[in-house]
Formats: sequence, C-alpha cells, structure tokens
Amino acid sequence: MNEAPLAAIPSGTLMAGKRGLIMGVANDRSIAWGIARAVAAQGAEVAFTYQGEALEKRVRPLAESLGGRHVLPCDVTDDASVDAAFRALERDWGGLDFLVHAIGFADKQYLRGRYLDTPREAFLQALDISCYSFVSVSQRAVPLMRNGGSLLTMSYLGAERVTPHYNVMGVAKAALEASVRYLAADLGGLNIRVNAISAGPIRTLAASGIGDFRYILKWNQLNAPLRRNVTIEEVGGAGLYLLSDLSSGVTGEVHHVDCGYHVVGMKNPDAPDIATAKD
Amino acid sequence: MSETAEKVKKIVVEHLGVDEAKVTPEASFIDDLGADSLDTVELVMAFEEAFGVEIPDDAAEKITTVQDAIDYIEKQKAA
Repeated sequence: MNEAPLAAIPSGTLMAGKRGLIMGVANDRSIAWGIARAVAAQGAEVAFTYQGEALEKRVRPLAESLGGRHVLPCDVTDDASVDAAFRALERDWGGLDFLVHAIGFADKQYLRGRYLDTPREAFLQALDISCYSFVSVSQRAVPLMRNGGSLLTMSYLGAERVTPHYNVMGVAKAALEASVRYLAADLGGLNIRVNAISAGPIRTLAASGIGDFRYILKWNQLNAPLRRNVTIEEVGGAGLYLLSDLSSGVTGEVHHVDCGYHVVGMKNPDAPDIATAKD
Repeated sequence: MSETAEKVKKIVVEHLGVDEAKVTPEASFIDDLGADSLDTVELVMAFEEAFGVEIPDDAAEKITTVQDAIDYIEKQKAA
C-alpha cells in the first residue's frame, strides 16, 4: 500500500492571530483532532466543545496539549447549551475567525440493513444532530465573525451516492451539504465562507457504529485512485487550507479528501474480489 | 506470562491509566478497571492495531475481561 505522504504536520504562521472553535473531537483519532492540530501548528488559538462527561475526560487533555484554555460543554440538541458555549467564547475572545463542525449522530441500530426501515424518530434525530446543528451553531458564530470567517463541516460520499449501511446518515449528510450551499449564499456578503470536507472512511470512534466498517475501509483502499485510505493528518491539511486565507476565493464547496475514491465508477480491475480481499 | 498477555496488560495500563497490579487476568474492564463504553471500543481498536488482528463487533462484545482479550488475540494469531 502507498504511504500517506503527510505524516507530520507542517508548522508556520498561516493561522497566526486567528481564533476558532472546534466541535466534535472525541479522541486522538478524531477527524476534528487532525484539523485542530494542523491549524494550531500554524499559529491558531483553538477552543473545543464536548458533549457529556465521557467525552470531556478525553477532550480536555488533548486541548491542553495544544495550549487550549477553552474546553466548553455543548449539547447541540439544547439551544440553551449552545448559547452558553458561544456566550463564554464571546466573553473571553470577543470575536471568532473560524469554526469546525464535526458532529453527527444516528442510532446505530439504523446504520445497517435497509434505509426503508428508518422510523420517524431516528430520522429526525439524525437530521437534527447531524445537519440542523450546523445551522444552529452558525447562527451563533456569525455575529462573532466581525472580520469575516470560515465555517467548515464534515461530510461523506454517502451523501451523494448509496454506500452500504450509511442509510439515514447519508440522507442527513445530503441535507448538510445542501446547507453548506445555502449558508454560503447567505453569508458571502459578510465575507464568511462555508465549506465541507467529504473525507474518505477513517477508523474513528464514531465510525465504530457503522455496520461492516472494515469492509468499507478495505474496499476504498483497494479501489481509490491512490490505492490507500486517507489519514486524519491529510484531512487536517485540507482543513487548514479551507480555514485559512489560502482558500479566500472558495465557498459553498464540498471538497473530497478521499484518495480520489469519489471519481471511481467501477471496481479497479487489479483489485481482488472483495470476498477474497482479506489481509 | 505470554508475550501477548504482557502486551495486552501494557495497553490496558496505558489506556485506562490504572495501576499495573490491578490488571489481573480476571479483571473486568468495566467493573474492575473503571472503563466506560467508549474505553472498551478504544481498547479493541488499540488491540487490533498492536497485534494486527481483526476483532469484529460480535467478538468485541464478548471481550469483557483481560483474559478474554488475551484468549481472543492468541486464537486469531494462531489461525
């Protein structure tokens, strides 16, 4: 397998003087953590949110390792909790330059089998936490972005095409990608850019809820043009670009960071049949 | 103690931040070592990486003690 070239995160000053909120770090395998490290290495000051005690004990030491002083509770299903997190940021920072939304949820029971069987409650919960939350946090972030800013969320190919077991999450991500476009149009006049990264499959804590995830990883590794899976460092690099002024002309974009898998229409002829593709 | 057992113990000590003496073969991750449900998922991922084995969800659910983990990994490595 090819090696991922971006093993170390380059340091520099691309993000010097910028402050941002990163929502959705669970542990050191999280995609949001890859982005946090990349922007911090370029001089950004970062704050983090967590949902619940189990995640707090994981996020706090990571935040501290980057010198992050703000580690705030935030439950995106509770408006008062979202308000409180942004009030705390406004009090301490006064303004905000970027925001990373890496939050999603669907009942694991419905991330296997047929989409057809999704009940209303599971559908609404997935759409609420995985899509509306981006709108909700953007509402609070925008007034703090007085000098413009960059909002970034995370999607997956399952938003555009059918991928096994992704089901209601794919529908939620489709709504999220459409939200990126509408928010970009709403906020362009304020010089606030809105983009998404559509990352290839990565073994995170959240991915452990998706049925047959190993199969999905293996399939991507064998069939993506780069013949490997993407790393959180690589998503971090793309995140750095979208959050920094390097991408000042880019908004409303869904940027694929997936070793090229999204261009593939059929199995790579050299790849073994998936049934015999075991290591 | 086998090499696998030593390595499993080391991973558990590091991940859960518990005293080595508490990590006995019969110790339950949740009941004796204070692991939460996310810890158990993270431990399985750490074992997979360290030993180059695959631990599918249905097998992972049955791994509740240190010895369960050692047994499963040794069986996979022998296969």
